[in-house]
Amino acid sequence: MTEQEVIELIDSSLAEEFELDRADMTPDANIYEDLGLDSLDTVDMVIVLEGAFDFKIREEESVRAIRTLGDIHQFVLQKVVEHS
Amino acid sequence: MSLENVVVTGIGIISPLGLDYEQLTAALLNGETGVQHVAALEKIGGLRSRLAAPVEGVDPKSVPRKIRRSMSNMSIYAYLASQQALAMAGWPDEELSSGRLGVVIGSTLGSTETSENFFADYFRDYSLERMKSGLFFQIMGHSCAANVAQSLGITGRVMAPSAACATSCQAVGYAYEQIAFGRQDAILCGGADEFHPLTAATFDVMHAASINYNDQPERSPRPFDAARDGIVCGEGSGILLLEKREHAEARGATILAEICGFATTSDTSSIANPDSGAMLECMRLALADAGLSAADVDYVNAHATGTLQGDAAEAGAIRDLLGDSAPVSSLKGHLGHTMAASGSIELGACIGMMQRGVLVATRNLETVDKSCAGLEHLQQNKTTEANVILKNNFAMGGINSTIVLRSNKA
Repeated sequence: MTEQEVIELIDSSLAEEFELDRADMTPDANIYEDLGLDSLDTVDMVIVLEGAFDFKIREEESVRAIRTLGDIHQFVLQKVVEHS
Repeated sequence: MSLENVVVTGIGIISPLGLDYEQLTAALLNGETGVQHVAALEKIGGLRSRLAAPVEGVDPKSVPRKIRRSMSNMSIYAYLASQQALAMAGWPDEELSSGRLGVVIGSTLGSTETSENFFADYFRDYSLERMKSGLFFQIMGHSCAANVAQSLGITGRVMAPSAACATSCQAVGYAYEQIAFGRQDAILCGGADEFHPLTAATFDVMHAASINYNDQPERSPRPFDAARDGIVCGEGSGILLLEKREHAEARGATILAEICGFATTSDTSSIANPDSGAMLECMRLALADAGLSAADVDYVNAHATGTLQGDAAEAGAIRDLLGDSAPVSSLKGHLGHTMAASGSIELGACIGMMQRGVLVATRNLETVDKSCAGLEHLQQNKTTEANVILKNNFAMGGINSTIVLRSNKA
C-alpha cells in the first residue's frame, strides 16, 4: 500500500465507524475536541484499525498518546512499515 | 392502595401501526393491521411461522450516534417513545434531572440480534478481540431503561422489570405504586421489544404461533375466533408518563387518564399454560386495589393473543368476573403481539379509545369460539363512554398482571 492508500483506508474506516464528515477529517483535527470521539470510541477505534490493517495494537503504549488524526496516520504508517 | 393519585400525562408509541399515539389510535379505529408476511423467515429451518408485525419507518440515524451506539432497536424504540411522552406531557427540560423523575422500562430480553451477531463472529475463532464497546449495553437486561435514562439525562430511579408479555403492564403498575408511595413525582414507564426469529420460534415450538395464515397475513392473529391458530409476534415500544396528580395539576399539564389499580400474581400451576382461576384472581385484586367492583368495569382490553388455550382461559376468567356485562376486545389482531411492549402500547390505545368515545373491535373475530363465548365480544367498533377499563397481560412463566385505568371525567 502506498502512504496515501494507508491514509485513505484509515480515514474511510473511521468515517464509517464514527459517522464523521470527511471534510472535518484534517490531519490536525483533534479526535476528541474536533471529531467528538470519547474513551469508548477509542476502544472501538483500535478494533476498527486492527480489522482494517490486520495488526494488533491494543497493548501498544503509543496508542494512548494519540490526539490528532495525523497522529493516527503516523502511528499506522509506522506499524505498516514494521509489518512489511 | 393509592396514597397519591396517579395520572397519565404523556403517551409515546412506536408500533407496527404507527409511530406515535395519534397514528396508532387512527389505525386501530380504522381496523388496520400491521401483520405481514416476512420472506426472511422462510430461510430459517424448523420455523413454521412466516408472519410478523414489524415497526416500519424508524430511521435509527435520527438518533445521535453517541446515544445510539449503546442501543439496539428496542432501545431506539423506547427512546423515541419516551421523547414523545415527555413532549406530550410538556415535561420541563430542567426537571429531567431533578431526581423526582424515574424510568421503569422493561423488555423480554436484551437484544437477541446483537447477541446473535456477536456470537456469529465469536464462534469463528473464539476470539474477543473484535468485541466492540457497545455490545454489553445492548444485551444487558436493563438496556432500554438505562439507555432512556442516559440519553435523556434522567437521574431518578431506574428499574427494568422483565416478565415476557406482562413486562410493560408490570412496569406501569410498579411505576404507579412508586408514585403513589411518594418516592417519585413522575415516571416514564412501559416496555419495548424488537422482533427476532427466535421470538416466533419460542411460540412455534410450543405450537402457539400462527402457521395457517402465512399466505393471508391480514387474517391472523384471530383472538377469540374459532379458527384462531396462535400468536403473531410484533415489536415496538409504548411509554406512558405517569405523574402524581398534584404535580401534574400544579404545572398545568393535561391529564389524559388515571391509573387507579394494579395487581400482579404468580400462577404456579404451570410455567407455560394459563389458568383461568389465577387470571380471575388477578383481575379481582386489581379492582380491589382500585376500590372498584366488577359492576364498575366499562370495558376489558384483553391480553388475548390468538392462542387456543390462552384466549379460552382469559375468556373464562372475564366471564366469571363480569359475564357479558361489559364489552371485551383484544388488539392483537391489529398489532400482533408486541411482547414486552404490548401492555403499554395497548394501554395507550385504551386512552385513545376513552378520549374518542369509541371502543375498538377485535380484528379477525368472525366466529366466536365456543370456549370463548359468554362475553360481550366487540366484533364492530362501539361508540360509548368508557370510564373504567381493565387491561390484562398474562405471560409465560406464570405471570399475571392487570391495570385499572379510569378516565379523568369519572
